[in-house]
Amino acid sequence: MSILAVLEQRSLQWNRMSFETLAAAQQMARELGTTASAAVLGNGVEALAGELAAKRLDKVYACEHELLGEYTPDGYCLALGQLIDRCQPAIVLFPHTYQVRDFLPKLAASRGRVAVSDAVAHRIDNGRLVLVRQLFQGKVNADYRFAGEGPQFASLQAGAYRADQVADGAAPVEVFRPTIAAAQIRTAPRERFRESQRAVDLGAAEIIVSVGRGIKEAENIALVEKLAEALGGELAASRPICDAGWLPMERQVGSSGQTVAPKLYVAVGISGAIQHLVGMKGSRTVVAINKDANAPIFEVADYGIVGDLFQVVPELIEAVKKAAK
Amino acid sequence: MKIVVAIKQVPARDSQLRIASSGKWIDEVDLSYEINEPDAYALETGLQLKEQHGGEVVALCAGPARAAKTIREALAKGADRAIHIEEDLADFDPLATARLLGAALAKEAPDLILTGLQSDDLGYGQTGVILAELLGLPHATILMQVEKREGGIRVKRELEDGWFQYVDMPLPALVTIQSGISRLRYATLMGIKKAKSKEVRRVTAESLGVTAGAPGVIVDRIYVPERSKHTQLFGGSPKEAAAQLVEKLKFEARVI
Repeated sequence: MSILAVLEQRSLQWNRMSFETLAAAQQMARELGTTASAAVLGNGVEALAGELAAKRLDKVYACEHELLGEYTPDGYCLALGQLIDRCQPAIVLFPHTYQVRDFLPKLAASRGRVAVSDAVAHRIDNGRLVLVRQLFQGKVNADYRFAGEGPQFASLQAGAYRADQVADGAAPVEVFRPTIAAAQIRTAPRERFRESQRAVDLGAAEIIVSVGRGIKEAENIALVEKLAEALGGELAASRPICDAGWLPMERQVGSSGQTVAPKLYVAVGISGAIQHLVGMKGSRTVVAINKDANAPIFEVADYGIVGDLFQVVPELIEAVKKAAK
Repeated sequence: MKIVVAIKQVPARDSQLRIASSGKWIDEVDLSYEINEPDAYALETGLQLKEQHGGEVVALCAGPARAAKTIREALAKGADRAIHIEEDLADFDPLATARLLGAALAKEAPDLILTGLQSDDLGYGQTGVILAELLGLPHATILMQVEKREGGIRVKRELEDGWFQYVDMPLPALVTIQSGISRLRYATLMGIKKAKSKEVRRVTAESLGVTAGAPGVIVDRIYVPERSKHTQLFGGSPKEAAAQLVEKLKFEARVI
């Protein structure tokens, strides 16, 4: 009934979500009365495995192969399949990263299993794990449980568990060398790159006014820009606005854009899909203006106005200007 | 190039959702439906590839009778024909759904299968990748570009925090498309007219010999999430609400 946390590194640097998954694995193991182990895959991961050896774990697996130096779904699924056969975990946990999204469904399907993806919480019900996921872009929650034999697979949403709660301890490191042939890897990854140097550093902004689908037309963005000006803040947007080309991609907040934590974040016409929330929920004060009182953005808002943004924002600009006098 | 685009019909984005009395799904009465947004971008990608390189675009959709509307819209935008797996998917987990899609493609042998990176309703983000595994195809996910090259395709994967990566892969392959990969086209009047005479092959799980089987994951219940934060809401006229909000921002939160 043991738990295996599969952690993520790139160029031998940890993905910060790895330790959230490690904390979750330790917590679930404690609650289920079992042990947690951790694995890291790559080429030359001894030092990373050494770091994990100082955590409260049953075992650390350093899964080593030269063909794991660069991520490929084929290489990772082959290696993990063999590692799982070796250590026989009941539950395998992953951080819900873009990389995990790429290979986890394949890994689970290759063993006839279905992963519970992007879980936000868990509880133990009669000794069994229940995972909570969000449906309909965060409007509805659902409780999932696994059926049938293990191993069971799940990925955990960014921020769902706290990395600073990882417990220290001592664990032996086992080097695991999977058998992978170059011919088994069908895709050829090339170098990673960023599109352009960012002219806007939203991460440094103290006040951000962000606009979403509720703005309806490109021409209407000027209204929200005026609010940003009145507040002395930066203008940002949710993904659909940048997809439509109404604002440049560099102003996008969310999992595929920038992660921000300003002292004030004003969300105008943003429903609050999870991909957006992960990019801004660390903000100190969040204001939401939305016509839908049930929009998930209100889950994270300190202050809110339920109403038509085209009526509310002009009044807000006036009120801000008046207050500044 | 023979291209299959797997599309899903989902409740419209601005739907007001109510939990059904079963507590296992939403109440579907009065809901309106539309194409899953990332699937619309997958369709657009397929149509552009066909325009550049020739071939055929086949829309593949599993869903109840109402999904016929979404299929017609795909045909009106330019898909050449469609396969409708007419089935209520309530009992199908992503693995079972992928088995259905795979069975429907048994005689198709496409060069490229495209689909959206995830659905806006269930949001598993798995069905496409599972289908690739079942069909023994290489895959790549969350793409912002698909380019035909000698001997295969070069795709641009979106990674976190504004990073991207090109990946070269052979055909046949399956790829999942991110929203925003390109501008979506509208159906033309001519397209809508033509769609009426295009072939839609209707099959069922039974005719494909696939059953939902024992699910790997089970939804116990669905519910409206509890608020983790207490939100102070300001009512009255827009002017009054704005004034109260600014008052709070200035004197309570002290952020302006």
